[in-house]
Amino acid sequence: MTSLLITAEEQEEQLAHFMQRIEAEDKIEADDWMPEEYRQTLIKLISMHGMSEIMGALPEKEWVPKAPTLNRKLGIMAKVQDEMGHGQLLLRVTEDLLLPYGKNRGDLMQDLFNGDLKFHNVFHMETKTWADAGVIGWLVDGAAIITQTNMLKASYGPYARALQRICAEEVFHAQHGESIIMALAEGTNEQRAMVQESLNRWWEPLLMFFGPASKETTGSSKQDLTIKYKIRTKTNEEFRQLFFDKYIPRILSLGLTIPDPTLNYDAESNLWSYKQPDWNEFKKIIKNQGPRSQERLNLRRHSYEYNSWVREALSATVR
Amino acid sequence: MNSHENLMSPEYKEAIKDLLLQLADDDFMYSYRGSEWLGLAPHIEADIASSSISQDSMGHAAMYYKLLEDLGVGEANELAHCRVANERKNSILTERVNGEGYYMDTPQYDWAYAVVRSYFYTQAKKIKIDSLCESSYRPVAEAAVKVRMELYYHRLHWETWFKQLMNSTEVAKKKMNDAITLVMDDFGDVFSYGNQKQAIETNRLIGTEEELKENWKESITPVFLALQMTVPFIPEKPIKNGRNGEHTKDLDEALITLSEVYNLDPVAVW
Repeated sequence: MTSLLITAEEQEEQLAHFMQRIEAEDKIEADDWMPEEYRQTLIKLISMHGMSEIMGALPEKEWVPKAPTLNRKLGIMAKVQDEMGHGQLLLRVTEDLLLPYGKNRGDLMQDLFNGDLKFHNVFHMETKTWADAGVIGWLVDGAAIITQTNMLKASYGPYARALQRICAEEVFHAQHGESIIMALAEGTNEQRAMVQESLNRWWEPLLMFFGPASKETTGSSKQDLTIKYKIRTKTNEEFRQLFFDKYIPRILSLGLTIPDPTLNYDAESNLWSYKQPDWNEFKKIIKNQGPRSQERLNLRRHSYEYNSWVREALSATVR
Repeated sequence: MNSHENLMSPEYKEAIKDLLLQLADDDFMYSYRGSEWLGLAPHIEADIASSSISQDSMGHAAMYYKLLEDLGVGEANELAHCRVANERKNSILTERVNGEGYYMDTPQYDWAYAVVRSYFYTQAKKIKIDSLCESSYRPVAEAAVKVRMELYYHRLHWETWFKQLMNSTEVAKKKMNDAITLVMDDFGDVFSYGNQKQAIETNRLIGTEEELKENWKESITPVFLALQMTVPFIPEKPIKNGRNGEHTKDLDEALITLSEVYNLDPVAVW
C-alpha cells in the first residue's frame, strides 16, 4: 500500500515546483496543489473582496429609490446590481478554495456577521446626499479600478478571470459616477456645493481606501504576501500615487477644491505629498467600529436571518 | 404635432393618455418596490435576478412616460416624479410596501409577498401586453412588442419561485398562502380601467376588462391545478381603485422618498 504521507524532502520539492510556476507566470487553478499560505492568502483576499462588493451595494442602494430622474434610476439600479453580481462571482471563486476545509457560503456569511471576515473600509462610511452616489461611482470605483486592474494577471487563474469581467464593468460604473458628478458640477450653486461637500467628506476615506503604506501603521498587512505570490505587483502607496496622478487633475478641472492645503506634487520624485488620513480612525473602521459599520452589518444580518425560511424551503425542494 | 395626434379625437386622446398613465405608473411603482429589495434578498442570486427585473420594469415605465411626453402630456421625469397621489393611476397592488419598516433601517420585508405579488402582477402584465400588441394606437403596440420579449423571462422567473415555494416546507406554504390573500385583496383594480373604461375599450386600445380577467384566470389555472390549489378569485369591487386616483398611505410615503432629490430643485439638470 502506498503511503499518502509525503516526506519533508518531497514537500520542499512540491513547494519549489509551485514557486517555479509562480515565477514563470503560470496560472494556478482550483484543483492544483498549492501551499497552505497561498490558499489562505487567496481566501482572505477574495472573500473580503466578494463581501466588500455585497456590503458595498448597501451605501449606494440607499440612493437607488431616491435617484432623481428615470435615467439615473435605471443607471444606479444597474450599477448596484453589477456589484452584487461581482460579489456572487467572487464568493463562487472563494467557495472552491474553501472545499478542503468543508466550508461554504453560509459559513462566510457567519464569518462576516461575527466579525472574522471584514469588508472594505470605504463601505463603512455614511452617505448623506445624492452627490455621494456620484462620488462613490466615480472615485471609489475609480480607486477600485486601480487596485483591481493590477491583479488582472494574478497567479490564481479563477480570480484573474473573474477580475477581467469585474474591471470591465467597473469602468462603466466610474463613467456612471462621473456623469452624475458632471451634471452636479455644471449645475446650480446648490448642486455644486453638494458635490464639494461630498468630496470633502470622502477625501479621507479615499486615501484610506488603499490601506497604510506599511504594516507598521496597523500591525499587519497582506501586501508582502500578495506580492510574493504574484497576486499583485504594486504596493498600497504606489496605488495611492496612481490615484492622485489620475484623479487630481480631473477633480480640479471640474472647479472643485481638494480638501488638503498641503497637497503637493514633487516633479523630481514624481510623487505627491499629502496630509495623512487619521490612521487611528482607520484602525477602528477595520475592527467594524466605523461610522456605519454596525448598521450595515445589522441590515445584512437581519435580512439574511429574517429570510432564512426561504433557503430552508429551497433546500427541502431540492431534496 | 405628429400624424397620430392629427388623427385623434379628444376622446381618443384622453383614453390613450389614461391608459398610458396606468401602464407607466404600474411599472414605475412595481420597480420602485423592487428596488427597495436590493441587497436584501434571501440569496445573492435572487438579488441579482430580481433587481434585473426591477430594472427592466423601470425601463418599461420610462418608455410609457416617453409616449406620454410625445403626446404633449408632460415631460417624462416630471410625470414620474411630480404628480401627487390622487393624480396617479397605478393599481394599489403595486404601491403596497414590501413589509414592515423603512428600507433605510432594518425592514422586515416578506419574500413570500414579493414572489406572489410579482408572479400575479407579471402574469397580469403579460395578458395586457399580449392584448396591447394589437392596440389601435400604434406607438403603444410597438412598445408592447419590446416589453413582451423581456416579460417572457420575468414571468418564468416568478412562476418558478411560486411553484418551488408552494411545493416545499409547511412554513413556506403558510407564508405563501398568507401572501396570496394579501395580494388578492388588492387585485380588484389590476384589470380595471377606472372611469375611462368605456373610452379605452370602445376605441380598442386594449381588450376589455372582462376578457383580460378571464385570460388571466385561464393562464394561471394549470399552475394552480398542478399544485392542487383553487384559482384565486379577483374581487368584483376594488378596495380602492388606483385607476381613479384612489390610493393608500403607502403611496404617499413612497412619493416622498422617490422624489426627494428631484424635488430639491425640479428645474435643475440631475
